[in-house]
Amino acid sequence: MMSDLSSLTIAEARDGLRAGSFTATELTAACLARIEAADALGAFVHKTPEIALEQAAAADARIQGGAENPMCGVPIGIKDLFCTQGVPSQAASRILEGFRPEYESTVTTRLWQAGAVMLGKLNMDEFAMGSSTETSVYGNAVNPWRRKDDATPLTPGGSSGGSAAAVAADLCLAATGTDTGGSIRQPAALTGITGLKPTYGRCSRWGIVAFASSLDQAGPMTKTVRDAAIMLGVMAGFDPKDSTSADRAVPDFEAALTGDIRGKTIGIPREYRIDGTPAEIEKLWNDGAAMLRDAGAKIVDISLPHTKYALPAYYVIAPAEASSNLARYDGVRFGHRAKLAQGDGITEMYEKTRAEGFGAEVQRRIMIGTYVLSAGFYDAYYNRARRVRTLIKRDFDLAFEAGVDAILTPATPSAAFGLGEMADADPVQMYLNDVFTVTVNLAGLPGVSVPAGLDAQGLPLGLQLIGRPWEEADLLNIAHSLETAAAFTARPTDWWI
Amino acid sequence: MSIDIETARRVAKLARIRVEEQDLPALAGEFNAILGFIEQLGEVDVEGVEPMTSVTPMRLRRRVDEVTDGGCQAKVLANAPDAREGFFAVPKVVE
Repeated sequence: MMSDLSSLTIAEARDGLRAGSFTATELTAACLARIEAADALGAFVHKTPEIALEQAAAADARIQGGAENPMCGVPIGIKDLFCTQGVPSQAASRILEGFRPEYESTVTTRLWQAGAVMLGKLNMDEFAMGSSTETSVYGNAVNPWRRKDDATPLTPGGSSGGSAAAVAADLCLAATGTDTGGSIRQPAALTGITGLKPTYGRCSRWGIVAFASSLDQAGPMTKTVRDAAIMLGVMAGFDPKDSTSADRAVPDFEAALTGDIRGKTIGIPREYRIDGTPAEIEKLWNDGAAMLRDAGAKIVDISLPHTKYALPAYYVIAPAEASSNLARYDGVRFGHRAKLAQGDGITEMYEKTRAEGFGAEVQRRIMIGTYVLSAGFYDAYYNRARRVRTLIKRDFDLAFEAGVDAILTPATPSAAFGLGEMADADPVQMYLNDVFTVTVNLAGLPGVSVPAGLDAQGLPLGLQLIGRPWEEADLLNIAHSLETAAAFTARPTDWWI
Repeated sequence: MSIDIETARRVAKLARIRVEEQDLPALAGEFNAILGFIEQLGEVDVEGVEPMTSVTPMRLRRRVDEVTDGGCQAKVLANAPDAREGFFAVPKVVE
């Protein structure tokens, strides 16, 4: 019984806690025990059992007193990108080794105020730059799923790979993620869970280590669409400390899950049919459209003509913003400082610190960003990419103006790949993982990945739904319909125990 | 556009990242692969299109210009690799 508790959804835990079937302390202990047995997954990189048990006891007291918040007593994991007071927050980078923030991010503050329980910090790609959690200073996170009769370790995706692995393996009930080009939705798809990237501005970015500020957005990674709705309701909300936080009411997302999508119009963008997409993913996509049609939605073909240019635009804009954001890691105020030689001045300190502290992919992106922003190239690269971004957003605006309520696409171009399999590929090959997700960040839209089936090797595949800005409630209702119809119930075996 | 070793060296310098001489050719090669991919943007007709500054149409909020925080020197310095007498310490900057 105790070990089964960690496999509950947030909604089930809420109901069980309120009914007194178990306590938050028991639920937390079950997760902690499961985490202890799962080091092989490399998901939790800083465990916080003392904090968890203290928060669980407090939650139990609140629940006894009739706590109203659905997240009260719910144990979760936090991506290492979120600053958590007094707890290592390293963005999976060597340059932030030993950094213990003196403050708490707004999103985690909201979760703790709601009564959620922190189990620890979760693995990720360094500074959220990657699609496989292989750029982490902590070492790889490992996907709980394996190919049929094949023990090859697979990636859980990235950058929120530790979050995805932890939720898929029932180490926690849910986790936070962040998404700059697909970093919630891609790992969710590769591990058979639900991942939601909200509209840009819905969740505060304050206290989250910045990668590309105009694209970064935090969101929930959960076992079900209902849980994503519950958790988003707690994470979202106006924050005066983030200048791009939206001052809008947060609706009751869970109440929007009526299951009724009759009359909704779902667009199928023809530009997302890309050469080389496996037949299984094409079929899954067609099946998903059929499920939504059977539920009463109208399926229409649409065109988003600038789709092809989203990835190249992203690989100008994101590195440009990163090169500026990561300038703060200079060995002066926090984190790692290189050992200096006799006679080294401040420039040598910067250069040696950053060479030692940043991994290869982060260095590459900082330098690409530096290049595209440098004199003589600013217009040719950076300004051109921002113009293309305007066109990409306009494509979506036109589709929504024409009456489309949501857009259905595959979430990823393949199922989970083997760890190390991409080691010899050039960087662009890895970037192609985000081909279906990156448009959504460039346009600031909400997007959700829903597990929809297994491939021939028994690995999960996801479908993505893209919604109108600020209409996460409607988007989640459509996702809920898809989830119900797809009836994805497969689970990974506990091979790591 | 092709990046030569000299350009790679210059970019590394601008980014304040030490790159050893023998690693520059490989770095230049990676830059060229990425920039080759980015070159596609040249195909797009962007005549008359404004560069995006904000993905959501919004005015940047202003707040009253007043002190809202402070008096936490110890917290500010708590994570410094080298803090002395209430300051961040760095190698000598002025000769």
